[in-house]
Amino acid sequence: MIRSVEAMTRTDLEPHLTSVRAPAPDGAGFRSILFGAGDVDLADVREPDVFRDLNLDQVVGAIVGQDEYDLRPFFHAPLRDVDAITYRQEVFHDLETDDVRAAVHAFAEQARRVRQHLTLVETQHYRYETERWFLDAAEIYCDAVVALRDALNGLELGSRGLRSLSAFLVDYTRSEGFASLRADARLVLEGLARVRYTLRIRGGRVTVSRYEGEVDYGVEVEETFARFRRGVVDEHRLLLPDSGTMDHVEARIAERVARLFPEEFRALDEFCARHVGFLDARIARFEREIQFYLASLEYVEGLGKSGLAFCYPAVSTRAKEVDVEGGFDVALATALSGDRGALVANDVRLHGPERVLVVTGPNQGGKTTYARMVGQLHYQAALGLPVAARRARLFVPDRIFTHFEREEDISTLRGKLDDELLRVREILEHATGDSLIILNEIFASTTLADSLLLGTEVLDRLLALGCPAVCVTFVDELASLGEETVSMVATVAPDDPSERTFRIVRRPADGRAYALAIAAKYGLSYERLRSRVGR
Amino acid sequence: MKAFLMHRDRDFDLEQPLPPNAEALEQDLELGTILDAMARGDDFLREVARRTLLTGLADADAIRYRQDVLADCLEHPALARRLYEVAIEGILTKRQARFFWYRDSPDALLAKSRGMLRLLADVLVTLRTVADEHAADVRSEGLTELFARFQRELDDAYLRRIDRHLDALRFRRGTLVSAGLGRANRGSDYVLRAPRERGLLERISPGGPPSYSFAIADRDEHGLESLAELRGRGIASLASALAQSTDHILGFFGMLRSELAFYVGCLNLHEDLAARGASTCFPEPRPPEELELRARALYDVPLVFHLDSPVVGNEVDAAGKRLVLVTGANQGGKSTFLRSVGVAQLMSQAGMFAGAASLRTSLSSGVFTHYKREEDASMTHGKLDEELARMSELADLIRPGAVLLCNESFASTNEREGSEIARQVVRALVESGVRIVFVTHLFDLADGFHRERGEEALFLRAERQTDGTRTFRVVPGAPLPTSHGGDSFRRVFGLGPASADAAACIRLAGADPRR
Repeated sequence: MIRSVEAMTRTDLEPHLTSVRAPAPDGAGFRSILFGAGDVDLADVREPDVFRDLNLDQVVGAIVGQDEYDLRPFFHAPLRDVDAITYRQEVFHDLETDDVRAAVHAFAEQARRVRQHLTLVETQHYRYETERWFLDAAEIYCDAVVALRDALNGLELGSRGLRSLSAFLVDYTRSEGFASLRADARLVLEGLARVRYTLRIRGGRVTVSRYEGEVDYGVEVEETFARFRRGVVDEHRLLLPDSGTMDHVEARIAERVARLFPEEFRALDEFCARHVGFLDARIARFEREIQFYLASLEYVEGLGKSGLAFCYPAVSTRAKEVDVEGGFDVALATALSGDRGALVANDVRLHGPERVLVVTGPNQGGKTTYARMVGQLHYQAALGLPVAARRARLFVPDRIFTHFEREEDISTLRGKLDDELLRVREILEHATGDSLIILNEIFASTTLADSLLLGTEVLDRLLALGCPAVCVTFVDELASLGEETVSMVATVAPDDPSERTFRIVRRPADGRAYALAIAAKYGLSYERLRSRVGR
Repeated sequence: MKAFLMHRDRDFDLEQPLPPNAEALEQDLELGTILDAMARGDDFLREVARRTLLTGLADADAIRYRQDVLADCLEHPALARRLYEVAIEGILTKRQARFFWYRDSPDALLAKSRGMLRLLADVLVTLRTVADEHAADVRSEGLTELFARFQRELDDAYLRRIDRHLDALRFRRGTLVSAGLGRANRGSDYVLRAPRERGLLERISPGGPPSYSFAIADRDEHGLESLAELRGRGIASLASALAQSTDHILGFFGMLRSELAFYVGCLNLHEDLAARGASTCFPEPRPPEELELRARALYDVPLVFHLDSPVVGNEVDAAGKRLVLVTGANQGGKSTFLRSVGVAQLMSQAGMFAGAASLRTSLSSGVFTHYKREEDASMTHGKLDEELARMSELADLIRPGAVLLCNESFASTNEREGSEIARQVVRALVESGVRIVFVTHLFDLADGFHRERGEEALFLRAERQTDGTRTFRVVPGAPLPTSHGGDSFRRVFGLGPASADAAACIRLAGADPRR
C-alpha cells in the first residue's frame, strides 16, 4: 500500500496541495483516464533527452516490457498541471484496492480478446469466418463493458477519473446504439447456435445437408460391446491439432451451410453491416490508457515486495520547496533486483531561499546516483506516478535539463571541454526559473583552477536563474557560494575512509583526500610503496 | 460377461491379500512341489494356484461349488484345457496388434481397433462353438452357467451384429458426421452418425431435402489433408470408444484365463499323481464345531514327487479331538504325517481333491505352522528365543478355529523346560478353540497329557515293528519314553538281529560282523 494519506489530505496552510474532492461528474464528461477532460496530442512526442542521463529509459523499459499497448509516449509526456497530476494520483490510489484492480484487469483481458478478434477480421479473408469473428468480438465487447459497469457501480471509488468513467458506462450502456448492438448480437448468435448440419465425406467428395436427426453411431457401437465392460481402462484420448482459423475446405463447407440456413446467415450479414465500428472510441482509449496505471503499479509493487517505499508526493508549480525523505534511485533498485540491503535511501531538502544542491565527496560515493534520483523523482511526480521515496514534496518544473559526465570516457578527451561549455550554455539559455537542472561532474577533465573558475561562473548564472538545481562536483569551494547553495557530502565510514556509505548528508564540504585513503588501503601510499619496492 | 468359475457370485481376485504366514506355509508344507506340478512351466498358472491354495474358502457351499466344477474338468480334461487355450488365444491377439502401424490419428486408432476386434470376434466365435458342443456334457453349476451365458450373450444375432459393425466401420460408403457452428463459424461438436435407413419410396422419388456437394481436386494435397482432419474430428470419439471396447474384451479373456487356470492346474496335478499310482478323493467339508478329521490312506502329496516307490498312507481318526500328539522314532514318518495333514487341509479348503482315499475334515479359520527351522540344527542358546518369538507372532494371527501344526517345537531346550513351555502353549491354544497336531520328542509333555487328559487327545506313534524296522506309518499309541535308541545301539555294536543296515553300520565302524 503506497503511502498517500498524508500527502493527499492535508488542508493546512500549504498552498500547493490540491486534493479537494470534486462532486461526482456526469457521464458526458468522461474522455480520458490519463488526461481528464483535457486533450493531448502525442503525435510528436519523443523520448526526452534527459531519459538517458537519468536512466529513465531503463525504468520505462522495465515497466512497459513488450509494450503491447504503446505506452511509451505517455511516459514521454510529463504533465505541468498540478490538478492533472492529482487526477492521476487519485486513479492510482483507487487501483490499489483489490476489487477495483480485479474489475479493471478482467475488463482489460476481455478487451484484449476483442482486439484479437478484430485483428482476425482484418487478416482473415473468408467471409463467414470474418463475420463470425466480428460478431463474437461484439459479444465479448458488450459483456466486458457491462461487467465493468456493474463492478464499478458496486465499489467505493475515490478518483474523479474512475467515477467519471463509471457514470459514462452507465449512460453508454443505456444508449440505443449499445442496446441494439447487444440485443442484435445475442439474437444472431442464438440463430447460429441452432444450426446443425451433416457432412457426408466420401473420398474427396463432400455433401453438406441439414441434420435430420440421424442417430449417434458411436453410441450404437459402444452399446454393442458394453457387455464386456469391466473396470477402468485407458481412455485412448487423441490430441487433435488445430490452427484456430478457417481453411479453404471449411470455407466451402460454410458457404453451403449458409445456403441451407439462409435466414440465420442473412441475419449475420446484416449485423455486420449495421454495426460497423461498434467499438466506442472512449472505451478503446480507456483500454489503452488504463494500462499505464496497471503496468506502473505492477512495477512499483514488485519493488515494494523487497521493502522499498513509494509514496504519492505533494506537488506544486509555484513553490520551489523540495522535501524528500528516504528517496532512492529507482533504476538502481531494479538493477539490484530486490537486494534491499544494498540500496541506500537519502533525503533531499530545499527550503526558503535554497536552490542549488552542491554535492561533493569521494569517488564512487553515490553522488551521481543521488543526482539521478533527484531528477527521477521530479519526473515521476510530473507523470502522476507514485515516486520512489517514503515521503515527498516536489515541485513540477517546466522542463528538466541534465548534463552528465561519463566518468570513464577517456576517449573523447580532446575537445571535450568545449563541448561541455557549449552544452552548459544551451542549458542556461533555455532554462527558466521554473526548470530543474542537474549537472553531474562538469569540468572534471580540466585543471583545478579552471574548474573553479568555470564552475563559479556557471553556478553564478544558475543562481541568477533561480531554478532548483543539483550540481555534482569535486570543487569543494562551489559548495559555499551563497545562501542559495546547500552543501551535500557523500560520506564514508568513520573508521575506514575507503568504505563508502552512499549516504549523502547536509554538511560543509571537507576537502579530504579520499583518493589517498584508498591508495593506502592497497598498500600504495608513498611510505608503504617505498618499503615494499625499495627493500 | 462373467465367468464365475471360482466363486458362484464374484470374480476371482488376483489381488486378494495373502495371509501373513503365507511364506512359512509354502516352505514348511513344501507347497512348491505341488505348485510346480500344477503349473508345468506356466508362471501365470502357478501364481493363480498359489493364491488359491493359500487363501482358502470359508464355507462348505463354496467348496462344493468348486469341487463340482473340478469334477467336470476331471471328467472332461480336454474340454477344460481347450477353454484355457481359447482364453490365451484371445489374450495373444494383442501381440498381433503390433503389426498395425499406429500413428496418433483417429483413423489409425480406428483401423487398429477394428483389426483387433476382428481377431477377438473370431475367438469369441470359438468360445461359442465350444459352448454349443459341450453344454450338454457338463453338470456343475459353474460350467453349466458359463456355457449358457456364452450361448446367450454370444448368440448368432450378436455375432452378426459385430460383423455388421466391423464392416460398417470400414466406411466404404463414406463417413457421415454432424456438426454445429463454433468459433469462426468452423464446425464444432462433431458427432459420427449412422445414415438414416431410407425407404424405397424415399430413395426413388426426386427432390428430398436439399444438399450441396463439392469435390476436392486430387492434386489439392492441403485440401485433402484438411478434409482428413475434419473427418478425423468426426470419428475421434468413436475411435477412442472402440479402443476402449477392445481393451475390455481383452480384459475379459484375461479374466477367463484366471478363472480357468486353477482347474487346469488341478488337472495337471491329478494326472501326475495318477501316473504315480496315488489316488485322490473329494473331501467332505464339515462345519468347524464338529471337530471332524477322519481319513483313509492319507498321504503326503509333495513326497510323491520325491520318491520312486509308492508313498505310505495313514488311517486317521481324530474326530472330536482338538489335540493330536505324535511321538516315536526318528525318520519314522512323523513329519511326513504332519505335512500330509496340513496339505490336505489346504487343498480341501481350496476346493481341490485331497491326497487320500477318503477324507472328512472340518473347515478351519486358517492353517499355521511352527516348524524347526533348518538353520537351527546347531540348537545353540538363543534359538529358544527365536522359537518363542515366532510362536508369539503366530499368536497374533491365530483365531479360534485355526489349525496349528507344530514340528518339534521347543526342542531347542531341555526336555523338562521345553515340555513346560509347550504344555502351557498347547493348553492355552486348545482351550481357545485351536486344533493342534504336535510332533514331538518331549516325553514329559506327551506323557503328561496322556495321563491327565487322555480322552481329549489322540496319541499317535511312528510305527515300529518288533524287529526294529520302520513302516513310516503312524498309528495310535501311547508315548514311549524312548525313541528306540537301543535299536541303533544294538545295530552298531552287533548285539542284535543282523540286517543289511546293521552290517553296513558295523563295516563303517570298522568291526567285523562275523566275530
